[in-house]
Amino acid sequence: MNAPAEPREVMAYDVVIVGAGPAGLACAIRLKQLREEWSVAVIEKGAEVGAHILSGAVIEPGPLDQLLPGWRDDPPAICVPVTRDRLWYLTATGKRWFPTPPQQRNHGNFIVSLGSTCQWLAGHAEAAGVDIFPGFAAAGVHFAEGGEVGGVIIGDMGVASDGSPKDTFTQGIEIHAPLTMLAEGCRGHLSKQLIRRFELDADADPQTYGIGIKELWRVAEGKCSPGLVQHTLGWPLDPSTYGGSFIYHLEGDRVAIGFVCALDYRDPEFSPFEAFQQFKHHPAIRPLLEGGEILSGGARAIVEGGYQSLPRVEMPGAMLIGDAAGTLNVPKVKGTHQAMRSGMLAAEHAAEHGTAEGFDERLRNSEVMAELRRVRNIRPGFRRGLWKGLANAALETVTGGRRQRTLPNHADHTALERVSEHAAAQRAWRERDLPPRDRLAWVYFAATEHDEDQPVHLQILDPEVCTTRCGVEFNHPCTRFCPANVYEMIEEEHGLRLQINAANCVHCKTCDIKDPYQVINWVAPEGGSGPNYQNL
Amino acid sequence: MKVLVGIKRVVDYNVRIKVRSDGSGVETDGVKMSVNPFDEIALEEALRMREAGHASEVIVVSVGGDECQQQLRTGLAMGADRAIQVRPEGEVQPLTVARILLAIAQREQPGLVLLGKQAIDDDCNQTGQMLAALWDRPQATFASRLELAGEAARVTREVDAGLETIEVDLPAVVTVDLRLNEPRFVKLPDIMKAKRKPLEVIEFGDLEIAPDPSMAVSHHAPPPPRARGIMVEDTAQLVAELKNRGLL
Amino acid sequence: MAKILIITEHDGRNLNAGMAKCVSCASAIGGTIDLLLLGEDLAGIAAQAASLEGVDRVISVEAGHLAAPLAANHAPEVVALAPDYSHILGPSTTYGKDLMPRVAALLGVNQVSDIMAVEGERHFKRPIYAGNAIVDVHVPEDSRVVGTVRTASWPSAAGGGGAAVESRPAGVAPATHTRYVGLEAGSSERPDLQTAGIVVSGGRGVGSAENFRLVYELADQLGAGVGASRAAVDAGYVANDMQVGQTGKIIAPDLYIAVGISGAIQHVTGIKDAGTIVAINKDPDAPIFEIADVGLAGDLFTVLPELKQLLS
Repeated sequence: MNAPAEPREVMAYDVVIVGAGPAGLACAIRLKQLREEWSVAVIEKGAEVGAHILSGAVIEPGPLDQLLPGWRDDPPAICVPVTRDRLWYLTATGKRWFPTPPQQRNHGNFIVSLGSTCQWLAGHAEAAGVDIFPGFAAAGVHFAEGGEVGGVIIGDMGVASDGSPKDTFTQGIEIHAPLTMLAEGCRGHLSKQLIRRFELDADADPQTYGIGIKELWRVAEGKCSPGLVQHTLGWPLDPSTYGGSFIYHLEGDRVAIGFVCALDYRDPEFSPFEAFQQFKHHPAIRPLLEGGEILSGGARAIVEGGYQSLPRVEMPGAMLIGDAAGTLNVPKVKGTHQAMRSGMLAAEHAAEHGTAEGFDERLRNSEVMAELRRVRNIRPGFRRGLWKGLANAALETVTGGRRQRTLPNHADHTALERVSEHAAAQRAWRERDLPPRDRLAWVYFAATEHDEDQPVHLQILDPEVCTTRCGVEFNHPCTRFCPANVYEMIEEEHGLRLQINAANCVHCKTCDIKDPYQVINWVAPEGGSGPNYQNL
Repeated sequence: MKVLVGIKRVVDYNVRIKVRSDGSGVETDGVKMSVNPFDEIALEEALRMREAGHASEVIVVSVGGDECQQQLRTGLAMGADRAIQVRPEGEVQPLTVARILLAIAQREQPGLVLLGKQAIDDDCNQTGQMLAALWDRPQATFASRLELAGEAARVTREVDAGLETIEVDLPAVVTVDLRLNEPRFVKLPDIMKAKRKPLEVIEFGDLEIAPDPSMAVSHHAPPPPRARGIMVEDTAQLVAELKNRGLL
Repeated sequence: MAKILIITEHDGRNLNAGMAKCVSCASAIGGTIDLLLLGEDLAGIAAQAASLEGVDRVISVEAGHLAAPLAANHAPEVVALAPDYSHILGPSTTYGKDLMPRVAALLGVNQVSDIMAVEGERHFKRPIYAGNAIVDVHVPEDSRVVGTVRTASWPSAAGGGGAAVESRPAGVAPATHTRYVGLEAGSSERPDLQTAGIVVSGGRGVGSAENFRLVYELADQLGAGVGASRAAVDAGYVANDMQVGQTGKIIAPDLYIAVGISGAIQHVTGIKDAGTIVAINKDPDAPIFEIADVGLAGDLFTVLPELKQLLS
């Protein structure tokens, strides 16, 4: 039996915003500043604001100064001014100091927890009269009669794994609004549907992504230098894979350590999670963590396509903002300021015109796009390897991106080489002993939680592929690219079986992006499910 | 009949508890706070009674600073009719909470007070029993089933030996266990409605409750980690070892 | 010197096994130890109580209305004796947890719940946050100590003692507002996972739903409850309500036998308070061995049948 199809209850707002991240919250606050009389709702699938937010994070304060002048007198709970920048190039055993490129100089910036910053922003938004609903997932789009986006449909709660209603079944409502802001972050599942439906990416390059894995540690006394920002390039990545690490020193002996790797990596045997754990054991890094303890961890896909991959950011009834659109600046390793700016710009556009129409042009003529244009060729330059990439980056930096040409982006899921064609990589990986021991242990630190009696939210569109072609061609890369051990191939009497440990999922969206056959479709589980990040 | 339900704001059950390195308590910065899960079950039961026509009004009460209004609003969104916050002066222990609930019970004259069997933060498991004692009324703890029959309630209790059934005259205090029911999900429009429901704030001082001797808590520590034990070579050794330890 | 009264739990025939542990806790406080028995026809139980090493006196209060373990009737009897004592203890069982706070409130004191260690006459350690933190609590000098004893933290006091047994009449009239109806013992043949003294759990290593038979057989032989790791539940070997761990049940049996369980942190969270953990796993590097008190690196398909034979 399927859930009863009674007409859904409807609530009406002037604007509904999907996602309580920096883009959505900045948009909400700005809307209320400009149109106090408008009703604004923010829907958030995390159990509370910040629960699904994960970022480095070093932020540029410019947009915050604009949005909340005086914020420096009442800053977020975790907010440490950057004092020093360090960039290292790592070999398997050593390190070399590197000059910090201008994009990565952080004087005047702040190290924050983006999760706790969003909680703080949510406080400001609520004080301004915004209704924020954490624990509610926007499961679908409501289309108005003319075919335009007319709001969102909240997911049903209390549905059993076989689709039947449980005793606690509660039908999700519809939120209708003349304007919907999609602020779901990277690879939002509604944004993905809408980009396809309205062909928003028709004139853009394919989007390209990375995966970021992060842990928060309490290090032994005396090892933390508050305000220090460290980045590394090189090992454990091979030169053909773009990525690097970050180590941000907070206060209270806490250090945020993370690793980012582009999802256009080619090695089918590569595991980003393992690479990160290996990185932690590098002789230059390990001493920092030894004697400390891991407090929390998580992962999230990062949108890296920038200028040339930016889809149209408007459609009838809705706008894309922040990482849902793809405004992150990769060479700066920063997206928050761009996300907030695009959210604020969307609010200004909405307040002035009351429609999404014209927002695409407005964004493209704004500083958001100018910033992306200047650095547009840096990320794709690394397709040719680290050293050519760095040389190209230097040239692009000197010319300020004013050269005519624009390098293209490619879809990440086409990047994997077949097992038969790929020479096994020599990675010089070590025995590990720092926690967590494995991905299951790591998931524990993400505090992820899903009611296990609900439909699997990772839909496999063609399960046949998994046990047949994918094994032969790529040796089941889902069992490695997922940082949360969601996908397991289990040998049974009748052959291989794909087991999906959906309850482990940390909502990073890597599978939806990297799966070579694009048969994994990430949909929203019950509202309030997923990781419960603390201070990430 | 009015039903009074106690609600406590606690660290959410999904949060991994970390003891602060200076031993002054557990980490609560940036930590998710929720309604104590057992209290949610108590409230669900009260709401079902009202929906079945056995209760006329459901009142949620919490003892705490203004931050506990968030949990009272959750209670109102689940369906409680009104809320009472008692604002204490400093930290309160179960006996004082019981005295506060007694004062509210004497004012509201509920037919039933429903509480969680314990809060998942201090794990005391005292308040309901204490309230019943001070009120000189019956108590039924660890309830896994609750039926009203006229002026009495028949309560099935989950005790170590199995399921015990007792009958209590109303008014009574019932503390609830996990299997009593599964609380409903809050509906989004009800969150908005809850904002308009009455929430009364009472100062502890106005209740004129005499102070009780309170226990001092001096130090928090993480539990000692389990140490690696011994390895045995074969099944026979295993059995011998367990017999040796008096476990078989 | 402390004068300690311990409220004794029994089922009408036998003393509760936790009482010997309460006596150990009382001995750690030091002073005189009296046991209070409430019920009907208590002679046999009084003899059992009197034999516990360290007990000075057994006080037996017999009355028909005390036969049922109702806090409303038992609490006033305890309160009537309280003036003679500095400490009143009960076990952290459902009986003790029901009764003792009612006693504490009538005496006007807070209760020390789940005493796991004694640091002084009025200084105790107790767990909070489901055992994720341990606090030191101090009872003020001028106030009586009322507490429950976390029995799993204490060894059993030895037998062989010979305390005097003293009968006293019930001092308080029965409460009419509370009526005992009856007790239905656990309906399943197997003990409940959450209250069983022994639990046998199976993991992914068990391999299939059919193979889980081996786990059930061992459990039945030991009179144990049966649990499972999440991996075993996810693989469809057993039902979800058997899951032990972070997203399942948190249990603290005296003996926990983990069969074919790797010991993921999520699972270990659910058994960290178990008395003794035994692990059987073919992978000698499995993390379960890091927390097991007794480990056996071996194939469960060999070990379990051997166990069955050795135990029969």
